[in-house]
Amino acid sequence: MSDATRPVLGDGPVCPLPLPDHDTVLLAHGGGGRLTQRLIEELLLPAFDNPELRRLHDGAVLEAPPGRLAFSTDSFVVSPLFFPGGDIGSLAVHGTVNDLAMCGATPLWLSVSLILEEGLPLATLRRIVASLQRAAQAIPVSIVTGDTKVVGRGQADGVYINTAGIGVVRPGVDLAPQHARVGDVVLLSGPLAAHGMAIMSLRESLGFETALRSDSAALHGLVARLLETAPQAVHVLRDPTRGGVASALNEIAAAATVGFCLEERAIPVADGAREACELLGLDPLYVANEGVFLAIVAAEAADALLAALRADPLGHAAAAIGTVTAAHPGRVVLRTTIGGTRVVDMLSGEQLPRIC
Amino acid sequence: MIVRYVDEYRQGEQVQSWLDAIAAALTRPMTLMEVCGGQTHTFLRFGLDALLPEALTLVHGPGCPVCVTPIELIDHALAIAAQPGLLLASFGDMLRVPGTRDDLRSLKARGADVRIVYSPLDAVRLAQQHPDRQVVFFGVGFETTAPAHALTVLQAHQAGLSNFSLLSALVLVPPAIATLLADPANRVEAFLAAGHVCAVMGYGQYEPLAARYRVPIVVTGFEPLDLLQGIHCAVRALAAGHSGVENQYRRAVQREGNPAAQQALKRVFEVCDRPWRGLGVLPASGLRLREAWRTYDAAERFPLAEPIAREHPECLAGEVLRGLRKPPACPAFGAACTPEHPLGAPMVSSEGACAAYYRYRSVT
Repeated sequence: MSDATRPVLGDGPVCPLPLPDHDTVLLAHGGGGRLTQRLIEELLLPAFDNPELRRLHDGAVLEAPPGRLAFSTDSFVVSPLFFPGGDIGSLAVHGTVNDLAMCGATPLWLSVSLILEEGLPLATLRRIVASLQRAAQAIPVSIVTGDTKVVGRGQADGVYINTAGIGVVRPGVDLAPQHARVGDVVLLSGPLAAHGMAIMSLRESLGFETALRSDSAALHGLVARLLETAPQAVHVLRDPTRGGVASALNEIAAAATVGFCLEERAIPVADGAREACELLGLDPLYVANEGVFLAIVAAEAADALLAALRADPLGHAAAAIGTVTAAHPGRVVLRTTIGGTRVVDMLSGEQLPRIC
Repeated sequence: MIVRYVDEYRQGEQVQSWLDAIAAALTRPMTLMEVCGGQTHTFLRFGLDALLPEALTLVHGPGCPVCVTPIELIDHALAIAAQPGLLLASFGDMLRVPGTRDDLRSLKARGADVRIVYSPLDAVRLAQQHPDRQVVFFGVGFETTAPAHALTVLQAHQAGLSNFSLLSALVLVPPAIATLLADPANRVEAFLAAGHVCAVMGYGQYEPLAARYRVPIVVTGFEPLDLLQGIHCAVRALAAGHSGVENQYRRAVQREGNPAAQQALKRVFEVCDRPWRGLGVLPASGLRLREAWRTYDAAERFPLAEPIAREHPECLAGEVLRGLRKPPACPAFGAACTPEHPLGAPMVSSEGACAAYYRYRSVT
């Protein structure tokens, strides 16, 4: 729609100036009127540019590729919006892409829905949108549809983002938590706890300086390496985000009615994260990650699969951390560094720091 | 990467040699108590208790300040937090401890401004940031954290903050040990005292206790090797019929403690009688603000209208805290009482014995 054909509401003149950076998000940006249109045309469309989006239709009409499709959605409410190693924009892309990757799918399309708080600086929104775009382009995955809503000041915390994604599952791949088998080996693609501790050190005004960076990363490439090496031998993939490795493995143990036995010594924890966890009395097994995954694989292929992970920079610290057992079905048991054993239960409530 | 003062105290080979030394020194069945909940958690988190000789019984002590905070004080904090416009700050664990009818976390969900802080001094900062609001810090802890609580009052005074006050749930360890020892039902023969408490207060206070009740008391740290060395000291002393205080935690504790911290503590607080959840009123076991600082006492600034304190009838926290019952022996454990729906504080606190068993031993 050219400026000349834009309807003029009220008596005011139409201002064709681009959205200035010092401006903030107004309720009218979500009202469906002219400001909404300008937000889409001047900020969102240029960033996410692709033919499907340019049609400005109510939804994307897509040509389905042969094979089975994976479909996933995730919402992002991280605070602060920007953190060392990422921001809510890149996280929103990585999160959904990783969920698709855990299904064994190559990501194809994303939707992006933004819920903006009135008063959010447009410059902030611009940064987030640029980050969404960069992360999507790097994968690559197309953002083919989206939505923007604005809520009143105080009714959200800056920006919330929902992304949904569609990917095509590689032929011959069938991943599900129920496929964990007794004797399988548990691989972990990288060191734990970097994301959760990086966010925590920013958010809780803990007063200690860390060089911790979130591990936020797209994992589809690393997954592809595994699936190219031995597609049949990979039984379950899971990214241990909220609730950490402990919750992820407990869920799989329940779904497959198997037990897990982990070796504490073998579990890599990110430099800095381990020290921060010690100080705060937190267990790295429960801390959130955004750039590692668990692979439960057939024992005979475990070495080859581990080597495949380690050949990738993202997986260089990958380790075999445990096995699937027939004993104690539904439970995760850890052999501690000193040779004792303990149960690793689901997280109950939030992890809290020690107080004395 | 090695985490100093942590990894060297978690070495599997050394653990085994200390276990062997304990087994060799154990001349008969013995019962020991680790006083501090942090030590209880180390035993269970590393599976250390199961590696100890069977003839050695460990009893978990009352050393969890959250757990022993009396229900009337939780109710008082809830009543204060419910006042419109007021901001109440506390440590995370305190938010989930059930009062008679409610807990702070639920109150927060219903609109009260309850904040989690990691240091008592953060609460003073909150008072500075909100000069038009009353800010109350619900402080809890043993001698370890008491000096930092004293500093809140000194800092608030220095900054001329009239909107800051402290609700003190601070308690002292030696009176609790004395109470346990004086109990005819006591079966504990030796104690592992909490190293960090002694880092502040020193261990001179334990000498009269050890002499009076003829027990070994070993000042002990929190890592697996610390605990094994502490147990070894205690077992050797019992085998030889010795009593007295020994210091395993020499890297952090000196006999005289930390004089600067003690001075801050003495300047602001005085000793008072205090009810302990599960143990009753223990004489001279709590800390309250001295007369000169009473204006910063939240209990006086916001008096509780009508106390309604009532413990949950199914909760046997008292017996757990006195070492008379292990958590799994409580009928409510893991059934009516879980970390999501705790009946008592020991299921909530990161130092609580019930939480340690639930988390590391699990329930079928």
